Amino acid sequence: MQRKYINWIFFIAALLLLLLISVVISLSSGEVKISRTELFAVLSDKNSIEYTVLTKIRLPRLILAIAVGGGLSLSGAILQGIYRNPLVEPYTLGISGGAALGVAIAIVFGFHAASFVILPISGFVGAMITLFLVYFLSVKKGGLSVNSMLLIGVMVSFVASAAMMFLMSITTSDNLQSIVFWVMGSLDESNMMLIKIAIYSSLAGLVLTYFFAQPLNALRLGEMRAKHLGINTKVTVKLLFIVASLLTGIAVSVAGVIGFVGLVIPHLIRLIIGNDYRIIIGSSFIGGAIFLILSDTVARTIISPNELPIGVITGFVGGLVFIVVLSRSKSHFKLN
Amino acid sequence: MNHFFKIEDFSCGYPGKFVLEDISFEIEKGDFVGIIGPNGSGKTTLFNGISGELETLSGNSKLKGKFIQQMSLKERAQNVAVVTQNIEVGSMTVEEYVLMGRIPYRRQFQFFETKNDFTIANKYMELTGVTPLKYKYMNALSGGEQQLAGIARALTQEPELLLLDEPTSHLDITHQVQILNLIRRLSNELSLTVLMIIHDLNLAGEYCDSLIMMQNGRMRKKGLPHEVLNYKDIEAVYNTVVITRTNPVSGKPVVFLVSEETFGKGE
Repeated sequence: MQRKYINWIFFIAALLLLLLISVVISLSSGEVKISRTELFAVLSDKNSIEYTVLTKIRLPRLILAIAVGGGLSLSGAILQGIYRNPLVEPYTLGISGGAALGVAIAIVFGFHAASFVILPISGFVGAMITLFLVYFLSVKKGGLSVNSMLLIGVMVSFVASAAMMFLMSITTSDNLQSIVFWVMGSLDESNMMLIKIAIYSSLAGLVLTYFFAQPLNALRLGEMRAKHLGINTKVTVKLLFIVASLLTGIAVSVAGVIGFVGLVIPHLIRLIIGNDYRIIIGSSFIGGAIFLILSDTVARTIISPNELPIGVITGFVGGLVFIVVLSRSKSHFKLN
Repeated sequence: MNHFFKIEDFSCGYPGKFVLEDISFEIEKGDFVGIIGPNGSGKTTLFNGISGELETLSGNSKLKGKFIQQMSLKERAQNVAVVTQNIEVGSMTVEEYVLMGRIPYRRQFQFFETKNDFTIANKYMELTGVTPLKYKYMNALSGGEQQLAGIARALTQEPELLLLDEPTSHLDITHQVQILNLIRRLSNELSLTVLMIIHDLNLAGEYCDSLIMMQNGRMRKKGLPHEVLNYKDIEAVYNTVVITRTNPVSGKPVVFLVSEETFGKGE
């Protein structure tokens, strides 16, 4: 077997091990201390407080962290592949902002009263509209430079947040509170159905993206050259946009705007294992999940009994890691 | 008569801006054909038309009796390989890059390369001499080495027709000659059919079996090097004073430029 494939297997195994460790850490830490060795014992005792804490609070949060972290990270990896630029991700392109606006509109106008499923759907629609908008703005002008594209993303974010502030100022205080809380970003979600939707669609996004592993690899050469290799780039890019919007929109609709996951994790993965999408897709997902599980554990324990918004942690860690990586290895700072 | 590659009344381009018109020529298997012409004469547009990057406006192109326009993207990539002028690939090893040439042969959900893919990639890396660079990163290679890797990748597509867009631009004469010798050899040994855009008229005359001269989106002339490279056509197309002679060793035409100053004295 090729040396490369063996490396991949080791890498995935190491990531899965890390994931397992973070799961154990996350489940065992919090207000109610459960020691790591007791985790399994607790699960068999259905009447204990620990059992309730685990299954009703920590496990749903953990599942949500996997869905949101994996989804955002994967979405970043996809967008970086399409734009051939390591700086794009749902947050920097304004897609998270668009999704948030979509969800805020749904809350303010009370659409979600009909069914809470409206929330993820409006997040998805908001993300997709923003993504296609940014893309067509950059294509229309005939290949925008990296900087102006990111600038468009930032501007879209501003417009979206201005619109959100407008919505917040005209809405009732009840709605206001739920919007504010959700915008700050948190994995605290009590609706089990929403959590299920999040994890299923995240995993579906992962599987769907794998169908595009080869086209994404070909896109590393640029759209024209990918076409020369027989890839239908137009269709590929559109379908991948839909997948990326799905991942981002749903993550935002349940957990609010959590930035930088999609930027930092795929970047680290690329540094370690290379740029082949066959390995990047899966490992970005797992890496994002690990990152968010750990961030969430810190967020809810560091100033216990209070809780930090998780965006604070990801912003700090993500931003710092990125700055360090960027300043250390200029030569690696190239995609494709 | 059935030609290997035939273009008939072909027109493509950007309507309203620049359109190629009335292009007709045929190429036989194993021919090494150069396309010459000044900047903006439509050389690259013609390539983009053949490779399917641009939509055909009228006419058709046939490869081995099959309309290229009717081929699927995949089928087209199995038949026509393109090496672009610049190969911008960052952190990807030469081997990874060359293996990309097998993408057109991959089945829908095939995840890994087959043994055959590696065998073919290795064969062409050997042939183009990039095997020692196999594990180097593309962005660490020199321009000439990148072109060689680009050719190896294109050959790995096992195409019927190879399109090369100025493979020797930005290279010193060592690498220019190295690459053109390689293409010449490939054309002879594998009877590979090659269509190459080239700026250097002397290299074009020395290496190509025949030449196509483009002017303002039309084909001005097609023929053997000594038929095309005559001072009348060159002066008309390039708007430059030249004289042509014959290379005493190869017997191929050579074009000399004449500076304004010398030309004035000669009058």
